[in-house]
Amino acid sequence: MTGEPETVTLPMVAAINRALDSALTRDPAVLLLGEDIGDPSGGVFKATMGLSTKHGIERVRPTPISEQAILGAAIGAAIAGFRPVAEIMIMDFIAVCMDQLSNHAAKLRYMSGGQTCVPLTVRCSAGAGMQFGAQHSEMLEAWLCHVPGLKVVVPSCPADAMGLLTTCIFDDDPCVFVEQTLSYFVPGPVPLVEGFAIPLGQAAVRREGSDVTVITYGRQVVDAMKAAASLQEEGISVEVIDLRTLVPLDLDTILTSVGKTRRAVVVHEAVVRGGFGGEISSQIHEHLFDRLASPVLRVGAPNTPVPYARELEKAYVPGAADIVSAVRQAVK
Amino acid sequence: MSEPEGVPPTDSLRTMFETMTRIKRCDERFRLMLQSGQIVVTYYSPRGQEVIPSAFSALLRQEDYVVTTYRGLHDHLGKGVSLRDLWAEFLGRREGTCKGKGGPMHITDPKSGLMVTTGIVGSGLPIANGFGLAAKLRGTDQVTVVNFGDGASNIGAFHEALNLAAVWDLPVIFVCQNNGYAEHTPFAEGTSAKAVADRAVGYSMLGITVDGNDPVAMYGAARKAIERARAGEGPTLLEATTYRFFGHIMGDTMAYMPAEEREAAMAADPVVRYREWLLEGGHLSDEELTAIEAACDAELDDAVEYALACTPPSPEELYDDVYADATA
Repeated sequence: MTGEPETVTLPMVAAINRALDSALTRDPAVLLLGEDIGDPSGGVFKATMGLSTKHGIERVRPTPISEQAILGAAIGAAIAGFRPVAEIMIMDFIAVCMDQLSNHAAKLRYMSGGQTCVPLTVRCSAGAGMQFGAQHSEMLEAWLCHVPGLKVVVPSCPADAMGLLTTCIFDDDPCVFVEQTLSYFVPGPVPLVEGFAIPLGQAAVRREGSDVTVITYGRQVVDAMKAAASLQEEGISVEVIDLRTLVPLDLDTILTSVGKTRRAVVVHEAVVRGGFGGEISSQIHEHLFDRLASPVLRVGAPNTPVPYARELEKAYVPGAADIVSAVRQAVK
Repeated sequence: MSEPEGVPPTDSLRTMFETMTRIKRCDERFRLMLQSGQIVVTYYSPRGQEVIPSAFSALLRQEDYVVTTYRGLHDHLGKGVSLRDLWAEFLGRREGTCKGKGGPMHITDPKSGLMVTTGIVGSGLPIANGFGLAAKLRGTDQVTVVNFGDGASNIGAFHEALNLAAVWDLPVIFVCQNNGYAEHTPFAEGTSAKAVADRAVGYSMLGITVDGNDPVAMYGAARKAIERARAGEGPTLLEATTYRFFGHIMGDTMAYMPAEEREAAMAADPVVRYREWLLEGGHLSDEELTAIEAACDAELDDAVEYALACTPPSPEELYDDVYADATA
């Protein structure tokens, strides 16, 4: 008998569905809004399947294709005491409603001197790998991390998706929850614990190592683990950190690890230029310059829009092989 | 002055005069302090637009929600934001409505129901729907009034918000304060519709255009929209025509506003006209009106004195209220 809770194996999209279902059940203030989220569609990726049937169309509200109206309504309801979860179908569409997110959701607590808050969660699918082309595939988390007032979460596995989404919904600040489409249907163990929640700002060390720290988040954690396994065969010991949340950022875990390994590679799917990897790299250099045995390296997509053709898209998305090369360079 | 649905009760007429006077005198004092260099801030004077929020002040309840825009002083006072708190905020003091973090363009005062003041044209409309949705889901009869200018009727958020409010039948009143100019651009140069209220048809919504400088007509139109919203009959687009006396922003040369047009508008000052109408109709006596004016002045003197004595925030307060906790 161990202390580990019983688990069930679910794909990430089902774990998200469970987190939403549980939040709707627990708290009448929880409210879902988004395009096509009602049954029988249950969302374009089925993340909300069954929820409007179970909790009613008043609380699981399909909307017109009006991203500004969706976020605006969610913000107003949030200020008035609800905990809305707004689905922006694809992360690229955040561009359409960035005013509501950046100028309003993020700033209203501050501008009101803390008199109002916006307990809003924005869920969006994101990322390349499905041949959706340039306008349905981007990872834009760096835009959001640059706006004080927002929290930004990118889960890597079904259990984290469930636990972090629950925390976002019951957090009193606006959180953007980024779900990589390619991760939706990858199964993983999910704890059978009612109200299972993972605090924001706590990274997970997915693999311990002594030579190089790979810092990443989201789907690229899987690639980093593959790379680490293959590098082990070459005698390179890689520590893998899954950030889980970018804002708030668990800098302590990063610095502790890199302080030990003295080398770091930061990996994300988003383009390298202006990406969040630059922030992490800079933080490491500022805090550990004297300790570093080599410069922090970044792995990410090239500075191009996401292409359509399978061969081009494959060349665009960073993978385990890119991480292996970067780690080899770091230990050279 | 028209009387389409009869003259409002005397109590309402008095409330409207009080609100109008408070707005007019508050604006005059603020501009005086700006012009004399006592304060140096960005300011969008609502002088000339006093009647619109005055009508609502006689009709809304404390628990009703109001959302407004950067030209919002009149709406703030119309919803009952305290003069002391407002002045302290205008002067960037810790005791202000928003601890000096918001300023005139971002007033929030939940205790009076003034929920959001946005500096982004048109962005208040989608948020107002959220307050309307909250009231509808809770089954209360609270209404939400969102104020915006004619320029906002040309931005996408306006159209998304009106459509959603109509689809969801929300208790929201969209009040377009049409003052004839979108910043420096005359209404007809930037707006394809003859009247903003005409756009309501496209959303199967009731659209009303009213003379927003006529207190009785404005009161009647506002009452109709509020009653519909309270009764669950859905949103209204209420266009109130008016005029801003001092251009877009303080210091504006107003070169784009014909001088004779502005002179005529100022000669027909709605606050002055209303006072005359109240007297001529025997609704309120000169003594009563003078007493209201004196009370407004005393209240204003007190608020300004209070705000000047308040303390500026300390530099470390810069970091407060970004997030609910200090972890992020």
